[in-house]
Amino acid sequence: MSQQVIASTANKARKLSAEEIAEIEHEMTLYPDKRAVGLEALKIVQKHQGWVSDESLLGISKYLDIPAADLEGVATFFNLVYRQQVGKNVILFCDSVSCWIMGCEGIKGHIKEQLAIDYGETTEDGDFTLIPVPCLGDCDRAPVMMVGPDLHRNLTPEKIDSIIKDYKSK
Amino acid sequence: MVTNPLTKNIDMSRPPLDIAAYEANDGYQSVHAIAKGLSPEDVLELVKGSGLKGRGGAGFPTGLKWSFVPRGDNSPKQKYLVVNADEMEPGTFKDRLLMEGDPHLMLEGMIIAAYTIQASKAYIFLRGEYTVSEQALRRAIKEAYEKGYLGKDILGTGFDLDIIMHTSAGRYICGEETALLNALEGKRANPRAKPPFPQVSGLWGKPTIVNNVETICNLPGILTYGVDWYHGLTKGNDHGTKLFGVSGKVKTPGCWELPLGLPIRELLEGYAGGMQDGLELRGFLPGGGSTDFMLPEHLDVTLDYDEIAKVGSRLATGTMIVLDDKTCPVGMVGNLMKFFAHESCGFCTPCRDGLPWVDQIFRDFENGEGSEKDLQILHDHVTYLGPGRTFCALAPGATAPLGSGLKYFKEDFEKHITQKRCSYKH
Repeated sequence: MSQQVIASTANKARKLSAEEIAEIEHEMTLYPDKRAVGLEALKIVQKHQGWVSDESLLGISKYLDIPAADLEGVATFFNLVYRQQVGKNVILFCDSVSCWIMGCEGIKGHIKEQLAIDYGETTEDGDFTLIPVPCLGDCDRAPVMMVGPDLHRNLTPEKIDSIIKDYKSK
Repeated sequence: MVTNPLTKNIDMSRPPLDIAAYEANDGYQSVHAIAKGLSPEDVLELVKGSGLKGRGGAGFPTGLKWSFVPRGDNSPKQKYLVVNADEMEPGTFKDRLLMEGDPHLMLEGMIIAAYTIQASKAYIFLRGEYTVSEQALRRAIKEAYEKGYLGKDILGTGFDLDIIMHTSAGRYICGEETALLNALEGKRANPRAKPPFPQVSGLWGKPTIVNNVETICNLPGILTYGVDWYHGLTKGNDHGTKLFGVSGKVKTPGCWELPLGLPIRELLEGYAGGMQDGLELRGFLPGGGSTDFMLPEHLDVTLDYDEIAKVGSRLATGTMIVLDDKTCPVGMVGNLMKFFAHESCGFCTPCRDGLPWVDQIFRDFENGEGSEKDLQILHDHVTYLGPGRTFCALAPGATAPLGSGLKYFKEDFEKHITQKRCSYKH
């Protein structure tokens, strides 16, 4: 063996965009150290890219000087950091106790039927990803779900149909 | 006299009050009172005297918690206030109402709390999914800076305060205050060992107070209208008003601000309108998913921390989840176990391995594959995941509905075993 190859992921790092960097820099003014900005940076990148790819994660790691393993530990800990590509609209479907009592399983069945996806899957056209979410804190109007940043309440199969239609045409 | 200090400005059919309208309804009076000469010690005595207990679930006296923060010249200069706005307890929907409905009330409360412990920085640890709360709070923070209630030398007091918004990314364990602090520091949100308590060594090792949204929202009233007024609000042993919610198959589910000390019956049958037609009340969790079931025979117990503790449960968040006679109690507890298993941070073994085991047994019951041995394993877990056996309160919280469910709905569990199916399903 004349040459030893050492595995490295550093060259895979994506250069963060100027916009992403500006937002990360702003967050850095709000915390006493760089490490605290890790989660914020993951969320900023996700906002711009739709999800957090390996390349993006390595890019943040390099920019904030946080070990990639530490950052990955944070990224995989939180439910709302997506380490896989997601659809244009992420459906956060509440299946906690109040929604369950109010029949969310039937609503989920209807979504499954209409979009042909189960939890963790994305529609073929890339429009929707379905993810379960713990109690959304709107239990007096259960069942509820979010599509992107919007909350939808008192869900019925008919309501699901019109919500899907609305977001498809957006 | 104001009888609903938490919700007096809330009308969800319109946007929340802007700062001028908020001020016109006694808003920010407490900050002016501070500017006229109330010292941090004065405020601490008022809050201690009010008898306010934490509204996040544990019910610890707020003034006492604050008093553990080191004071004086030899104490660390930087102190922090953190508002726990990571509402994720199953069946709990009260902090959302306060933040979406009257964001300035929370900011005013934060100024009071931060002034008392002399914290120049305050973080709002907000649940990421609460997008409407975030917008409302950001707008209110901007207005408060413009009016001089935030920033440098607030109303000439020499006291500085910056409020910083942190939106989380979804983990129930962040509601545990030391896990929350780790999350704010950018780490995995595993709980920390206590002691040291955050009041002494919290965020970045500095003295830190973590208070729940509703606790914070109690403060402006106490300073503006006085301790005597506050003591006059209650109908029971504990002081003040509280947000109470009811969800499940009642006629009019909702969230109301009521004095502490009313009978539970008045909440469930009066405000929530009783059960939907054709349904009977089977039981209820009085304060979110981590509380023990109570039964119809407990309806005359009053909404007081100590009274509910006497029948083996907790008032906790005050948001009730109602179980009717056509919904399977085993399924309901199973749903909660799935939640707790998913939200375990994975740090300590009993919780990380025990909860998924419990969850799997409930899935087996659902599929008609439960056995007597499984039932025994569930009982064992009530012990092995109980208080003192795990690193934090998450797993003990899960044992509350589990243990009480096994006790009160024994025949339903047995039926799943003998009939090899869930008889509530058609």
